[in-house]
Amino acid sequence: MNINKAINERELIIALEGRLDTATAPELEAKLNQSLNGIEKLVFDFAALDYLSSAGLRVLLSAQKTMNKQGKMIVRNVNETISEIFEVTGFSNILTIE
Amino acid sequence: MKEITVCATVENIKTVTDFVNEQLEAFDCPIKVQMQIDIAIDELFGNIAHYAYNLSDGNVTVKVEFTENPLAVLITFIDEGIPYDPTKQTEPDITLSADERQIGGLGIYMVKKLMDEIMYEYKNGQNILSVKKILNA
Repeated sequence: MNINKAINERELIIALEGRLDTATAPELEAKLNQSLNGIEKLVFDFAALDYLSSAGLRVLLSAQKTMNKQGKMIVRNVNETISEIFEVTGFSNILTIE
Repeated sequence: MKEITVCATVENIKTVTDFVNEQLEAFDCPIKVQMQIDIAIDELFGNIAHYAYNLSDGNVTVKVEFTENPLAVLITFIDEGIPYDPTKQTEPDITLSADERQIGGLGIYMVKKLMDEIMYEYKNGQNILSVKKILNA
């Protein structure tokens, strides 16, 4: 998985490429832990993300909890496989998906 | 039927995924179905890697076979670790808000939703866990 980060003042855009799974989720979690301080808008761009497993959902949930306290979080460009995962797990009600 | 035996480590999730995908390719498996199968492998093999042997070394054998009418793949994970039946796990409450949500239980729940069948038995000291997925639905 590749993680591309773009920061524009208090907005952080994270674009993921590949698979967000057991092997790669810890890397995203570590990157978020270093980056969310002072961020008011967090955007995940999933245009190049193939799929995610529950390990990835855990990281998204934790990011959502953080952003609920300090601003907002948006998930963009979700493919059909990922959209179905968000549906069956109820994450479609937790996340703001554009 | 083909099988592979590897150490129960997180690093080997990729080994097993590649092994299964290689065989799915011969059946023109739709990409979405293949990704769902890959997710199931991540959840099930990942669980075994994390919990079955309680941090000591152990092996997992993964068998892949295909059945016809309808065309389906059956993937079986066999380990000799702590007896654990994931099919008995309580389902998470998926209606809770982000702040009320608990972390656990989602993986197996996703496998149940994404696969057509999940079967478990404990026999001769082995956890035998299988998932079946219809390929051309």
